[in-house]
Amino acid sequence: MENKTIPFNNFYKIFNLTSSLLIVISILLLLFKGLNYGVDFKGGTLIEIRTTNNNISISDLRKAFNKMDLGDISVKEFGKKNDFIIKFEKKDKPKENIIENIKKNLSKSIGNNFEFRRVESVGPKVSSELLISGIIAIALSLGAMLIYIWIRFEWQFSLGAIIALFHDVIITLGIFSLFGFEINLSIVAAVLTIVGYSMNDTVVIFDRVRENLRKYSDIKIFDLTNISINETLSRTIITSITTLLALLSIYFFGGEVLKGFSFAMILGVIFGTYSSIYIANPILVFLGVSQRTIIKE
Amino acid sequence: MLYFSKLRIISVILFTLLLSYFATSNFFKIDDNFFSRNINLGLDLQGGSYLLLEIDNDPVVTQQLQNKLLQIKNYLKEKKINYKNIILINNNIISFEINEEQLDQTQALFDNDDSDINPYYHQYKSHEFDLSINNNIFLLNFSKYGLINIKSSSQNTAIEIIRRRVDEIGTNEPNILKRGNDRILVELPGLDNPDRIKSLLGKTANLTFRFITQKDEESFGTEKLSFEDSSEVAIVSRRIVLSGDNLIDAKPRMDSQTNETVVSFTLDRVGAKRFAKATLSGVGKRLAIVLDGKIISAPNVREPIVGGSGQITGNFTFQSATDLALLLRSGALPAPLNIIEERTVGPDLGQDSINAGILSLIIGFFLVISFMVLRYKIFGLIANVTLIFNLLLLLGILTLFEATLTLPGIAGIILTVGMAVDANVLIYERIKEELKYEKNQILAFDRGYSKSKTTILDANITTLIAAVILFIMGSGPVKGFSVTLGIGIVTTLFSVYFIARLLTSLYVIKNKFHKKLI
Repeated sequence: MENKTIPFNNFYKIFNLTSSLLIVISILLLLFKGLNYGVDFKGGTLIEIRTTNNNISISDLRKAFNKMDLGDISVKEFGKKNDFIIKFEKKDKPKENIIENIKKNLSKSIGNNFEFRRVESVGPKVSSELLISGIIAIALSLGAMLIYIWIRFEWQFSLGAIIALFHDVIITLGIFSLFGFEINLSIVAAVLTIVGYSMNDTVVIFDRVRENLRKYSDIKIFDLTNISINETLSRTIITSITTLLALLSIYFFGGEVLKGFSFAMILGVIFGTYSSIYIANPILVFLGVSQRTIIKE
Repeated sequence: MLYFSKLRIISVILFTLLLSYFATSNFFKIDDNFFSRNINLGLDLQGGSYLLLEIDNDPVVTQQLQNKLLQIKNYLKEKKINYKNIILINNNIISFEINEEQLDQTQALFDNDDSDINPYYHQYKSHEFDLSINNNIFLLNFSKYGLINIKSSSQNTAIEIIRRRVDEIGTNEPNILKRGNDRILVELPGLDNPDRIKSLLGKTANLTFRFITQKDEESFGTEKLSFEDSSEVAIVSRRIVLSGDNLIDAKPRMDSQTNETVVSFTLDRVGAKRFAKATLSGVGKRLAIVLDGKIISAPNVREPIVGGSGQITGNFTFQSATDLALLLRSGALPAPLNIIEERTVGPDLGQDSINAGILSLIIGFFLVISFMVLRYKIFGLIANVTLIFNLLLLLGILTLFEATLTLPGIAGIILTVGMAVDANVLIYERIKEELKYEKNQILAFDRGYSKSKTTILDANITTLIAAVILFIMGSGPVKGFSVTLGIGIVTTLFSVYFIARLLTSLYVIKNKFHKKLI
């Protein structure tokens, strides 16, 4: 892959159109379908149950829980066959111990052959605080990236990098909305890491663009971006591969709890790599960056 | 860039070995006094309960205002100021009327910096109460800092009581911390069933002994209370004979005569005196034992109790008697607590998570190092050795700070494995490019290192920014992710620029006459 030059720049237009379309679809999804918030952000209770009785099905559990007057209930299998996740949004009466009551009621209906492996219960006040602090965290990190890149590069580069960032975050969230994957605290962590990774990838190519701008005064930015992408291509591919290898290992072997997190990160790495090439660079072309842009006075 | 002084080589080696030694102390239990720190496992890995409690301060505020109202009455009398219609409005404003001619005098009493009745907090530049005067009506409500004062004092008391209750149950190494000024975080490692603690923390445990009156209707000075088993109601005097504060000990006991479980208690001197006096005059009356507004039992006083001890009967099981005794020993909470967030992980899910985390770390690590060897041969090997030291440094620093490792934290380590090779990849790819124009291999290596430096810094700083923000804003397990990711970046930069560069330079200088090094 060393010596061939791939004409990435011939596809700028078509991929920009595709990306714009994906962003519009994602925004529409986020606006109209919304995100599937987990108990962290919506409030409510999540119980992970493991049964030792192979005959207990989802519908048995649903029946048992429906009797308990807990409001809307969702019952899902979770990883292994006898593991289930039960979620409900009971507005809590603080004085009664819901979990203890559920345990009693459940052993009446399905027998004493289960254990609660995990309980997460978040009150409405805490969940809205967590949501707000999650949004602030993402906004802050985007802001901090903006400032950092503003200091390190010229404004045309900052704009390109930031648009690429938004592209990655919006499309990742759009995919989560489309498939109804749950958004919880660890997804916020994943989104922040995507922000870091996407920026990292863009910065490497931009550094090269800037270096090449100094070197060649006669090459137009359209071709110059392509040269820079090609020169850094092997690094881009290798780093994406090693990062993806690590993430795939978490996705397949890291247990159910980390599935959503690693999935978001995998999407983020793929889109982050793509956007560094097809979003960040075309913006430099569009803004007419030239040698004069980087040589002040 | 390839030159290393002897001193630098030695310090890099020493530093690396020291941190690696710290890291290994997690795996081998060596008894030594030199270094005995360990990485803590988070609640999601070792199992345990995380409870966030919120103090409901409203009753405290109302209580304080009622007390203040009495104080103001006495104070105004003492200062010979005529007041009328002193009342508490909506449980948050004290209001009273003053005659026209005494308005200024009264206002001065409340506004003065040395005011006895409305203390001035010099550090906040604020009074305890905000005063507003409407014609001749005075309105007093707690100022912002007055409220903060109340909240932090009830938080301090509550945290003390919670600690006593949790300690009585005897869980290992509980963590009890303040959050804001009206919340308390309780972390209970290793506890897989928090139901008992939750029910113990949910009780204020406000105990009073009060006589039941003969009247049928509620009146001033009495209130209607129901029994705990809702079997009957009784009109109980508001006058408190004895409260939980007077108890110095309480124990569950089996009453040998009735074969019932009871809670026996011992009173302090003041309490014993008051109890003796009350029971002396109250022989034949029923004495209600009231806990958190419910009557536990109301035995007849058959004879004066003068010994300073007694017992509480009720329909106790041994467990409930033990719990009541525990609550009475640890004292009453200043205000009710609500559990607003709970996260409990059972120990076997924790173990499963550890296993899954380690398995994915090993597989991820193996995949990455195989890839690097395939791609870069000997330099891939150098990058891999560097990666191993990188992980040891990361673990060493986590151990040094006794950081808490969570499942997302393990994910952060695995991600570090994937991203740490990036710096070496950038350098090696750059060297390959330089070699196209530069025949002198050592020069090409040198240039590769120096030209890729800013890019590597830029790329890592961006990820570091994300990690720092996550650390500041994140909560719980997610914070663990930001810690490993952030420290991972620092150790990556160190290991790439010191360990990998040292190994590379040793190899390159030794083999400089080889045709093609990379």
